[in-house]
Amino acid sequence: MKLILHIWRQKSRESPGKMARYEVSNVNEHMSFLEMLDVLNEELIARNEDPVAFDHDCREGICGSCGFMINGVAHGPQRGTTVCQLHMRHFKEGQALWLEPWRAKAFPVLKDLMVDRSAFDRIIAAGGYISVNTGGAPEANALPVDKQKADLAMDAAQCIGCGACVAACPNASAALFTSAKISHLAHMPQGQPERRRRALSMVARMQAELFGACTNHGECEAVCPKGIELENIARMNREFTKAAWARRDEVAGSGRRRLLPRSFP
Amino acid sequence: MQRRKADFPIEGAKSALTSVATTEEAKQTVGFYRSVVGKKVVMAVTGFILFVFIVFHLAANLLIYFPPEANGTRLLNDYAAHLRALPALLWGARVLLLVAVILHIVAAWQLTVLNKLEARTTGYVKYTPIASSYASRTMVWSGPIIFFYVIYHLLDLTFGTLNPSFQSGNVFHNVVADFEHPGVAIFYIFANACLAFHLYHGIWSMCQSVGLAHPRYTPMLKKASVALAIAIGAGFCSIPLAVMTGLVR
Repeated sequence: MKLILHIWRQKSRESPGKMARYEVSNVNEHMSFLEMLDVLNEELIARNEDPVAFDHDCREGICGSCGFMINGVAHGPQRGTTVCQLHMRHFKEGQALWLEPWRAKAFPVLKDLMVDRSAFDRIIAAGGYISVNTGGAPEANALPVDKQKADLAMDAAQCIGCGACVAACPNASAALFTSAKISHLAHMPQGQPERRRRALSMVARMQAELFGACTNHGECEAVCPKGIELENIARMNREFTKAAWARRDEVAGSGRRRLLPRSFP
Repeated sequence: MQRRKADFPIEGAKSALTSVATTEEAKQTVGFYRSVVGKKVVMAVTGFILFVFIVFHLAANLLIYFPPEANGTRLLNDYAAHLRALPALLWGARVLLLVAVILHIVAAWQLTVLNKLEARTTGYVKYTPIASSYASRTMVWSGPIIFFYVIYHLLDLTFGTLNPSFQSGNVFHNVVADFEHPGVAIFYIFANACLAFHLYHGIWSMCQSVGLAHPRYTPMLKKASVALAIAIGAGFCSIPLAVMTGLVR
């Protein structure tokens, strides 16, 4: 089959970009979308042109490297699928497709369809972890976990950090991504010691990266290749609100330093 | 007894006694209102206050449909007179509503600047919404329309400055005289349609913003918010329509 592609071409982070039109023939319906782009790139290389840059790694839909907009929808028309797992049988002969990189202030375009998603790494570094001592693994049955909570934590932990939620959000909000990690750890006993600080720090980082605010459109949930649910955002709002109101300065001595006046007997 | 310095050996090293590994970055937090989550909670709580007001306001407005009493007075006018006889309630409610409106608008303004001007500086050539509703995408338009409508509405039917045949205390007369001008009636209908759109998204959205979500109740809540938005919009729009068609005169 043959396709007409309009692809965002941008040489580097600083240079201005524009849409360029390409025609690809020899597209097999069994190819994945990325394999179709490989075919285009081989043709471009043969013509001595610059191939289209796009992120990819596992091509199994589990690493979170790939992703771009296809006709204005993150990861394209197939729900619950990354572009590497999207097959060409979902497209029609001669169809025109617009491919654009994720658009967000926090995700600067590096080249063509590649964006810098290190803002996500910095959100995780702000609190998306648990602090454990190194050494032998503890006895698994020593820490009981409610089955339902384990399932909810697992659902939230499915996030692969591809950035489709930000790309699809009219506000370029990272609420779904951030809330998935906050939810995941809030459900687990191991996540409890840092639970409040995590919500505060991760939300603060999300904001410092200039991601927008959630206005509950639900576009993120619809494009998420891993089916992360909007309920996680409600949970993040809950966690953050509780943490923000219950917050106290981190001091030892039960806060005596602040509570007792200097002349207290 | 003087505080001993030895109690607090390391001034400034606040987290020296925690065993948890934290980076400097991880200790950076943001205050409740300064956070995007906090602003949305403020919008939700103030939105809820305004929503409750709207429900009471509609219930009171629907008194217009009661026929005149034996002595010729109107139930709507009686209600207004009773309300004015309770200045503590009336002014308490007005102050609460004014504060709610101001907070709702300030938070909305700040979030809109972040969302539309800062978070996405380059738009898409092609963007296809697949989950959001028309109502959710136009909150930023329906909101200001309602705001300007409310200002007009207050000058028209509360203060009477824009209503040439305004009679203080005679609410029934003022409303009927108002809607006999088709332009005014159509503007009211349009503004209340905007209100219905705003509530269509707003009612369930405010629950989500304060963290109320559950797989069993959220779908019900979404349906209820659509039903309430339609009922409230239809209720308010029915009054100018009733005057225009001569049902209420």
